[in-house]
Amino acid sequence: MSSLSETAPAAAHHPALRHHFESMEGQKEASTFGMWVFIAQEILFFGGMLLAYTIYRYLYYDAFAAGSHHLDVALGTINTAVLICSSLTMALGVHAAALGRRRATALFLVLTILLGSVFLGIKVVEYADKFHHHLVPGPYYDAEVLRGADGKALPPEVALHSQIYFALYFSLTGLHALHMIIGIPIIAVMAWLARRGRFSPEYYTPVEITGLYWHFVDIVWIFLFPLLYLIPHHG
Amino acid sequence: MSTHGLPEPYGRPAPPPPPPERPAAAGRERVHYLNVSYGVRSWLLTTDHKRIALLYLASITVMFAIGGVFATLIRLELITPAGDMVQSETYNKLFTMHGVVMVFFFLIPSIPATLGNFLIPIMIGAKDLAFPRINLLSWYVYVLGALFTLYAMVTGGVDTGWTFYVPYSTHYSNTNVIATGLGIFITGFSSILTGLNFIVTIHKMRAPGLSWWRLPLFVWSHYATSLIMILGTPVIAVTILMVALERGLHLGIFDPALGGDPILFQHLFWFYSHPAVYIMILPAMGVISELVQAMSRKRVFGYSFVAISSLAIAMLGFLVWGHHMFVSGQSVYAGLVFSGLSYLVAIPSAIKVFNWTATLYKGSVTFDTPMLYAIGFLGLFTIGGLTGLFLAALGLDVHITDTYFVVAHFHYIMVGGAIMGYLGGIHFWWPKISGRMYPEGWGRVAAIIIFVGFNLTFFPQFILGYLGMPRRYHYYPEEFQVLNVMSSAGASILAVGYLLPMIYLAWSMRYGRRAGPNPWNARGLEWEIESPPPTENFLVQPVVSDKTYEYGAEEAAKIV
Repeated sequence: MSSLSETAPAAAHHPALRHHFESMEGQKEASTFGMWVFIAQEILFFGGMLLAYTIYRYLYYDAFAAGSHHLDVALGTINTAVLICSSLTMALGVHAAALGRRRATALFLVLTILLGSVFLGIKVVEYADKFHHHLVPGPYYDAEVLRGADGKALPPEVALHSQIYFALYFSLTGLHALHMIIGIPIIAVMAWLARRGRFSPEYYTPVEITGLYWHFVDIVWIFLFPLLYLIPHHG
Repeated sequence: MSTHGLPEPYGRPAPPPPPPERPAAAGRERVHYLNVSYGVRSWLLTTDHKRIALLYLASITVMFAIGGVFATLIRLELITPAGDMVQSETYNKLFTMHGVVMVFFFLIPSIPATLGNFLIPIMIGAKDLAFPRINLLSWYVYVLGALFTLYAMVTGGVDTGWTFYVPYSTHYSNTNVIATGLGIFITGFSSILTGLNFIVTIHKMRAPGLSWWRLPLFVWSHYATSLIMILGTPVIAVTILMVALERGLHLGIFDPALGGDPILFQHLFWFYSHPAVYIMILPAMGVISELVQAMSRKRVFGYSFVAISSLAIAMLGFLVWGHHMFVSGQSVYAGLVFSGLSYLVAIPSAIKVFNWTATLYKGSVTFDTPMLYAIGFLGLFTIGGLTGLFLAALGLDVHITDTYFVVAHFHYIMVGGAIMGYLGGIHFWWPKISGRMYPEGWGRVAAIIIFVGFNLTFFPQFILGYLGMPRRYHYYPEEFQVLNVMSSAGASILAVGYLLPMIYLAWSMRYGRRAGPNPWNARGLEWEIESPPPTENFLVQPVVSDKTYEYGAEEAAKIV
């Protein structure tokens, strides 16, 4: 096989082809695969907390049900819908990039950012409610506002354990929100690059792997929503 | 080889003569990755995997020296039974910072980030790793994490032990737990990025004809290592995060007063930190496979078994963490299962040791420096592994838990195994990295000093532990003094052994004999290119058509 420089004249190199790859396809495959490996790593990252969730939900079901009961299922449902829509606009953005439609790509990506921001906004409203009711774990935690399945105040033991529920609620949703906060500027850069004509049907890998990341973040929420919001509703 | 003046009836055929000092035609030196550009920027902004490997080499050497200073202070304190050099609190900080620096900032990046970074693209016939900029990013992340940790150490240190057990780390320690934890958290991402890069590179960048069963065993072992880096490191990251949140905000996840479970921390911690041992030892095993085949001029015996045993170790390594917790109060049935699974790890490990030994059998063995390290590894790793079986035995472990027996065991694996492999690899590929030979005589002297010093340091600790001396105390009954003095004396010998290579390797970069492309006359793509390699590694895309380690009829005739 001949060296790269000798094969070059036949087909001019795409400017985005890095020196150590033979072809655009190979480069795209590597980048996509890299994102999948990164997502595998992310699953384990969330996995540590989900393990803690599983154990404590098993041990302290009543406390978890009471904590979950306090969450606003309506807001959670709206947020789930918002996030699924953002996955749709992201998918449409990737599709538009694959077709080489600059303006459409940028538009869909901006829509994705807007939907993501709506999600975070609603999350802020929900967090504010927890602060208001002293449901943030720590020295000021107070389970007074929580109610058990019988509608009465929680027994002291259950009230104590409900703090672990909210610790995991804030840790898991906080970590998820952090992933969105990291994702949004990346999508913004992609939208800007798309608008400037950086992508083409031959080269739109950055949009595609950003999409992979965003879908992953959405799927995490698809798990978190029932785990955190719907505990008392499952039977 | 005639260079070290020993008769060699069965030695490897003489390598092709090294190129003359100055190629007559060119008048100036050939352009390679070291001299292609100069200046600080050309190094700090490089995306060349070979230069990044050298950046890592320099930074982990600094961290090794820092960890070594802590070790020196520990051994100095332990010369006398009384706690007379430092106070208990200081001693707690010393062994903690020794562990943190050596584990997270030296051993885990040691072989993968230096030799792995340098060699994997070359061994698979690629121009670079799949993501060169992420590779550079991983080094900056490493340095950031190291600086964070060093800052935490300078401003008061940390005294929890490298294991950060709760509730001490979350509730009682008055030291810089969160800052140190963040340093480790940050550095974890450097490890994840390295593993990600290796996995994608090995999958997607192999040269035409280089099928999986033709990969050098060094690449196989790094593939297995990368799987652990990807699947294990995020768990320690999130665990440290939870410790920091618990300490800072009192979440209650690990706090029994609120219904949390401190043992959960130990489960999460060891879910990473046991496999992390295999992050340290698997790359060393890959190095040993390469050294043994090159130095005995034979294809590694049972190549596919050695390759698969790396994956088996990586997989089994995730199933044995509970053997660190036999006395923590976990269920005895869990203990039984973890004990049984821990024994299973011995199988792939033994397959490797037996196959390396079988490779030596009737090979044309030479005893150059890398081979001395390889043979040292074989002995020390075997001792370390077998004493690991003592610790995996439920009944015996109750007696020796948290004693110097444990300390001796894991130092046999991490220092006797991983660092011997690291140094052997550094010597073996030094001609490729620097283009120069290290002084062979000094190399052998250092290898022997390290072997002797190591055994004198750590073998007495097996006895100390068995007699009941607990780890992490700076005073002890007087009857333990003789063995402790032996250990400290060994440590000073070991220190000399570690200083020597630093000196003569640095010396050889300027004054060493020119190496030529293949000074060992070994097989492998890395030996088919110039030393030091050009920036793009291969001027022509290599095509692989042979099995790996094919030493040909000439050698085969000699072996029979």
